[in-house]
Amino acid sequence: MSKSINVALIGNPNTGKTSIFNQLTGLKQKVGNYPGITVEKKQGICKLPRGVKAHILDLPGTYSLNTTSLDESVVVEVLLNKNDKDYPDVAVVITDVENLKRNLLLFTQIKDLRIPTILVINMADRMSRKGISVDIEAMEKKLDTKIALVSTRTGKGVTYVKELIANYRSLLAQPNLDTSRIAPEYFARLKQAFPKEDIYKLWLVITQDVNFMPIEKKRIQDATSFSTKSKEDLKKLQHRETVLRYQFINATLKDTYKVDLQAATGLRANLDKILTHKIFGYVIFFLILLLIFQAIFEWSTYPSDFIDEQFSLVSDWLKNTLPSGILTDLLAEGVIAGIGGIAVFIPQIAFLFLFISLLEESGYMSRVVFLMDRLMRPFGLSGKSVVPLISGTACAIPAVMATRTIESWKERLITILVTPFTTCSARLPVYLILIALVIPEGSFLGLSYQALTLMLLYLLGFGMAIFSAMVLNRVLKIKSRTLFIAEMPTYRLPLVKNVGYTVLEKTKSFVVGAGKIILAIAIILWFLGSNGYSEDFKNAETIVSERIEKQGLSPYSKNYIKNNIDLYVKSTPLSITGGEKAVSIRAIQDSVRVMTKILTESAMQQEVASYRLEHSYMGCAGKAIEPLVKPLGYDWKIGIAVLTSFAAREVFVGTLATIYSVGSDQEDTIKNRMAAELDESGKKPLFNLASGISLMLFYAFAMQCMSTLAVVKKETNSWKWPLLQLLFMSTFAYLVALMAFQLLK
Amino acid sequence: MATVADLQPGQKGIITEFDDAVLPIKLLELGCLPGNEVELVQVAPLKDPIYINLSGTHIAIRRVLANHIPVSIVDNKPSL
Repeated sequence: MSKSINVALIGNPNTGKTSIFNQLTGLKQKVGNYPGITVEKKQGICKLPRGVKAHILDLPGTYSLNTTSLDESVVVEVLLNKNDKDYPDVAVVITDVENLKRNLLLFTQIKDLRIPTILVINMADRMSRKGISVDIEAMEKKLDTKIALVSTRTGKGVTYVKELIANYRSLLAQPNLDTSRIAPEYFARLKQAFPKEDIYKLWLVITQDVNFMPIEKKRIQDATSFSTKSKEDLKKLQHRETVLRYQFINATLKDTYKVDLQAATGLRANLDKILTHKIFGYVIFFLILLLIFQAIFEWSTYPSDFIDEQFSLVSDWLKNTLPSGILTDLLAEGVIAGIGGIAVFIPQIAFLFLFISLLEESGYMSRVVFLMDRLMRPFGLSGKSVVPLISGTACAIPAVMATRTIESWKERLITILVTPFTTCSARLPVYLILIALVIPEGSFLGLSYQALTLMLLYLLGFGMAIFSAMVLNRVLKIKSRTLFIAEMPTYRLPLVKNVGYTVLEKTKSFVVGAGKIILAIAIILWFLGSNGYSEDFKNAETIVSERIEKQGLSPYSKNYIKNNIDLYVKSTPLSITGGEKAVSIRAIQDSVRVMTKILTESAMQQEVASYRLEHSYMGCAGKAIEPLVKPLGYDWKIGIAVLTSFAAREVFVGTLATIYSVGSDQEDTIKNRMAAELDESGKKPLFNLASGISLMLFYAFAMQCMSTLAVVKKETNSWKWPLLQLLFMSTFAYLVALMAFQLLK
Repeated sequence: MATVADLQPGQKGIITEFDDAVLPIKLLELGCLPGNEVELVQVAPLKDPIYINLSGTHIAIRRVLANHIPVSIVDNKPSL
């Protein structure tokens, strides 16, 4: 048994680093965050020959160690801190055979940090098609490393990489360049001031804004024998470093890397001509968006319905199998109903992540960025804002993080602020259930009203995002350089394995994250709904039975009984013939009478339960906020649901499910229960066109997601922006919902 | 003097010496260095941004930035 080897995977974006990570670790991976920041940390375990284990860390993609973003500085941080538990025993630099020259820049920097380094040349399967030949042996000598030619598509070379990692001790940790050539005099002074330190490491500490080493940086500033240079001078030196490195790389590649241009095929050029065409480019983009929506709203209904049925089966089964009591009720009504509420939209989320991951993996997303940049600029956005705005339809959290690639701070800030307006998947269950309840069936130009409503809601979200971006662009007085550099990667067929992992990972973390909140809220609500302090609550049974004796059943109950009887009569076969007819009609009349009795009894029990709910802790809280939500057309139950969904929107349906199930004895789908609710007058359904639209508009605009607020706080490094977002979006949502209800009612 | 922004689609140029202070280091790392070849691959529908090939690295940049990269145009024949 030996200790495991720490391995860091490093590479430029678009070199297939993640594919190699997946190949090395299989499903044994863990995705978390670096402490205190939102950069994703991917780790995994890889089994090496002879029983050795490697702990593999997939570092964020970067072009060099000269960092410009949070993601990139994580790389520098890990590589500079020998005491970090992630400090690698060996670095594996992943490169793309087609872009070897540029990819080697990062390699030489890592070598110069004196870390044992292995070079992986990926996409080897494209070499013959691109007419590339590499003299591995000669290159290994020049770069002083071991090289593995790998193709993640065929799996070729992965075993060799594992072998190289296992034998990392045989690698020499010598630098490629004499870094003091960057600025001989300056480096000599550095050496004098800090004789014990590695000079290139010091150089990086001086030039990079890395958070973790304020102490070391201070030491440099404090050393009186040493004067630091101005920012401009340092930048000049960094340029010089880049030039020197390229000189070294050019000399290396001259004899070892050959491209026969005759053999190269022009897939990129041909595809680019169509995909970035001034008309077809936009048409194709629009068609792809349509396809995505079609998948989400049509194809995913089948698995969704299936999941829905399974959950009500489980709930029924629990109620019938377990001994009846408080715990069973909580489990069947609170927990299962709540989790079911989120599980039904797993298919939608999976589809969204699938498409986004396909667009990114194939290289198409960059073309969209290129197409849209000029169009987005008048709104203060960048072409790169399109990526967050599209992935915001899945979830605003990764979308806000995806804004990191935007170089200009103002464009990035505006993108962060408007992204939560896009219709994220958490709004879907709310929209879907409300649309099913209040929008009539029927169609217009072959499109159903319900589908049209949903499309309008999506357009509304995008429209609002763009509109507020325009306003913010005028209002925000931030001076920032408008920089825009977007790599246009080679088109690639996405790897099934990569896409599969992404979809699985993202969907899982979404469901687990939302599941936890829903579970907690369901339990709290259930408790608050089934306990109370007032006399009314305790004597609910007597109060209600007295009232029924005097005034009869409530309109809701009468309606409930009538509907069920109608249904019963309709489903009873009347296929009896001749003289027996009279008898059979009598038999039916009898059974209807029995049915009515049973239904009346259960209606009475329901009335007791709902009376109790109204006087429980939750009922009291709901009544307290009712004046605030009444002008929008909501009753106190919806008020509670809106309030709890400030934690996360998808909680809305779960909350209503919990409230209604505490208030009734019937096992029924949540939709049927909502449809049966009546408004104050007792004549109209509670969820009618006016209140339904008001609710949908409220959910379209309100900032109801604590996780998004938290991520915005982290990304903007201030409470100012998330609070502004919360205040503005939610006030706006309230006003719009108010207007909608008052106009429509 | 001509800059990358003046290139026609398919036209190539050699990057000449430029002022270090203006261009971001990221651009240099991507291969925008004096002596390297640059080709204008395509122009976005609204004339901006532009899509260039920096000796093998394909990137898109805005015209504002392209204006700061001086080139000597080498290839005047129209693209095939």
